[in-house]
Amino acid sequence: MFGFGVLKGMSVTLWNFVLSYVYPKKGMVTVQYPEERKKVEERFRNFPFLVYDGTPDNIRCVACDICAKECPPKCIYIIPEKDEQGRIQKKPATFDIDYAICMNCGICEDVCPFDAIYMDHDYELSEYDRLEDLMYRKEDLLKPAEHFAKIRPNDFARVEAARAAKAGRKGRGAVTSQASSPAKSSAQPQAPSSQVPPGAPSQPS
Amino acid sequence: MEIADKIFVLIKSGILGFLSSFLPAWLVVLARVLLSITAIAIFGPVTMMYLTWLERKVVARIQNRYGPNRVGKFGLLQPIADGIKMLTKEDIVPEAADKPTHFLAPVTVVIPALLIFSVIPFGRGMVAVDLNVGILFFLAVSTLTTITIFMGSWGSRNKFSLLGGMRAVAQMISYEIPMVLSVVPVILATGSLSTVAMVEAQTGGKWFFFTPWGFFGAVVFFLCGVAEVNRTPFDLPEGESEIIAGFHTEYSGMKFALFYMAEFMNAFAVSGITVTLFLGGWHGPFLPSWLWFLIKCYALIFIMIWFRGTLPRFRVDQLMGFAWKFLVPFTLFNIFVGALWVMFPAPKNLYISLGAEIVSLVIVCLASRKDAPKKRNYVYAS
Repeated sequence: MFGFGVLKGMSVTLWNFVLSYVYPKKGMVTVQYPEERKKVEERFRNFPFLVYDGTPDNIRCVACDICAKECPPKCIYIIPEKDEQGRIQKKPATFDIDYAICMNCGICEDVCPFDAIYMDHDYELSEYDRLEDLMYRKEDLLKPAEHFAKIRPNDFARVEAARAAKAGRKGRGAVTSQASSPAKSSAQPQAPSSQVPPGAPSQPS
Repeated sequence: MEIADKIFVLIKSGILGFLSSFLPAWLVVLARVLLSITAIAIFGPVTMMYLTWLERKVVARIQNRYGPNRVGKFGLLQPIADGIKMLTKEDIVPEAADKPTHFLAPVTVVIPALLIFSVIPFGRGMVAVDLNVGILFFLAVSTLTTITIFMGSWGSRNKFSLLGGMRAVAQMISYEIPMVLSVVPVILATGSLSTVAMVEAQTGGKWFFFTPWGFFGAVVFFLCGVAEVNRTPFDLPEGESEIIAGFHTEYSGMKFALFYMAEFMNAFAVSGITVTLFLGGWHGPFLPSWLWFLIKCYALIFIMIWFRGTLPRFRVDQLMGFAWKFLVPFTLFNIFVGALWVMFPAPKNLYISLGAEIVSLVIVCLASRKDAPKKRNYVYAS
C-alpha cells in the first residue's frame, strides 16, 4: 500500500527525536568538543616528544641523527653538543622539529635505538605563526618518562622490560652478541605486549 | 483567568483610553489601526526569528545532534547573531540583473506574509481586521507570493533562478486549487467567509477536524499549505541539489534573509489558518485563548519541521501528479461530502458522510493507482 513507507520513516525520525531527550547516551552522537573530548586510543600518535629520566638534563637522546636521517619529510634537525676541546658529546645541543613539515608517521619512534623519542597524544597544536610558532625546540619537546607511562602504559611496560633486559646483558658484557637487527621498527609495533620483545638492537657504529 | 484571556485586548483598550484623553477623535481611530499593525509587525519577525531557531533545534534532534547551543542559553540568542551577520554581509547585485525588479522582489515578498496575519484570530477578540471575506482575503493574498518570487527569479537573470521561479509558479498555482477546494466545505458548514465566524462555529469541542470531511480537508489543506510555502518535501523551487538555491540564488545578505522571513512567516500563517479552519481556532479548556492558538500553531509547525527532517524531495512529475490527479478530484468529492453533512440532520449525517468519504477515497485511490510510484526493488541492497 502506497503511503505507509512515509509513516514508517516519520516514526523513525520521531523516535530519534524523543530518544535524544529521554536517553541522550544512545540518542546523541555529538561530542561537545571544548568541554568534553573523545578518549584517545593508546596507539594514537601525533607529533613526537623527547623522553628524559628524572630531570631534564638526563635526556635519553644521544644525538645519533638516525631519526633525522630516516624522517621522510626531513623535519628533524639535530646538532650534538661539544665540549671545550670540540669533541662531540652524546647529547643534543639543538633538537628542532618543524610541526609544519612533520607528517606524524612515527618512523622516528620506530628507528630510535635509545627509546628516546616517542609519539605523543597531544593534538591541539594550532598556532598563529606558521614559521616560529610551529618550530618546536628541544625545550618544548622534552617530556618526562612518566608522561610516556601515563599516555601509553602498555608500550611503556614493553619498552621498560626491553631496557631492563638490555641493561642486564650490558652488565654481563654481552652486548655485541646480537645480530644487527634494525627490525625494531617493523617488528615491535605488531608484537603483543605480553610477548618477550626481541633483543636490543645493535649500537650504531 | 479572565484577565489572562483578555490581557492583550485590555492593554489595547487601555492605551486607546489613555490616548483619547488628550487626542482628537480621528487620531484615536488612527492609533487603533496603528496599534494592531505594530503588534503584527513585531510579532511576525520575532516569530520568524525563533522559528529558524526551532527548526534548527528540531532537525538537529532528529539527526541525533544538539543544534545551536553556543550563543546564549540553549542557543536562544542565535537568531540575533544570525540577524547581525545577515545585516553586515555584502549585498551583491549581478551586473546583468534587472535592478529595480531584483531589489523590489525581496521587499515585496514580505508584504503578503504580513497581510495574512491581519485576518488570523489569535484569540478571543484578537483579530486585527474582522473582514467578512477573511478567508477569501487569505487565499487571494497568499497567492501574491508567487508573483514576487517570480519577480526575484526573473530579475536575477540567472538560469537557475529562472528555473526555480518557473517551478515555484507551476507548483504554487497547482496547489492553490486543492487548497481553495478544501476550504469550501468549511464555508458550507459555517455559512460565512469570516475567519472569526468560522472559529465561533467550532465552539464546545465541535472542531471540524473531527468530522469526516474536516479530517481529510485539514490534511489536504495542510499539505497544500506546506507546498505553498515551499517547504520540504515540496521545496522544488529551491532544490539545492538541482538548481543551487532556486529563485534566491542571486541574493545575499538581508535580501536573502527577507526571502527566508517571508517563508517562515508564511509557514506560521498557514498553520494559523489551518488551526482556524479545522482545529477549533483559539478554543480550548483551562488555558487563555491566545495560548491555545499558539500551542496548536506550533504543533502544526512541528509537523512541518518533522516533514523536513524525514522526507526527501518530490520529483517534478510526482509533485504535479499528486496535485492534479489525486488532490483535486479528492477535494471535489470532499465538497460533496461536506454538503451531505450540512444537508442531513445531526445523528444521521455522520454515517452518511463517513460512508461517502470512504467511498470517494477508495474511488480516487483506485483511479490514481496507475500513477502512484511503484515499489522499488533494490537489487544490490539485499
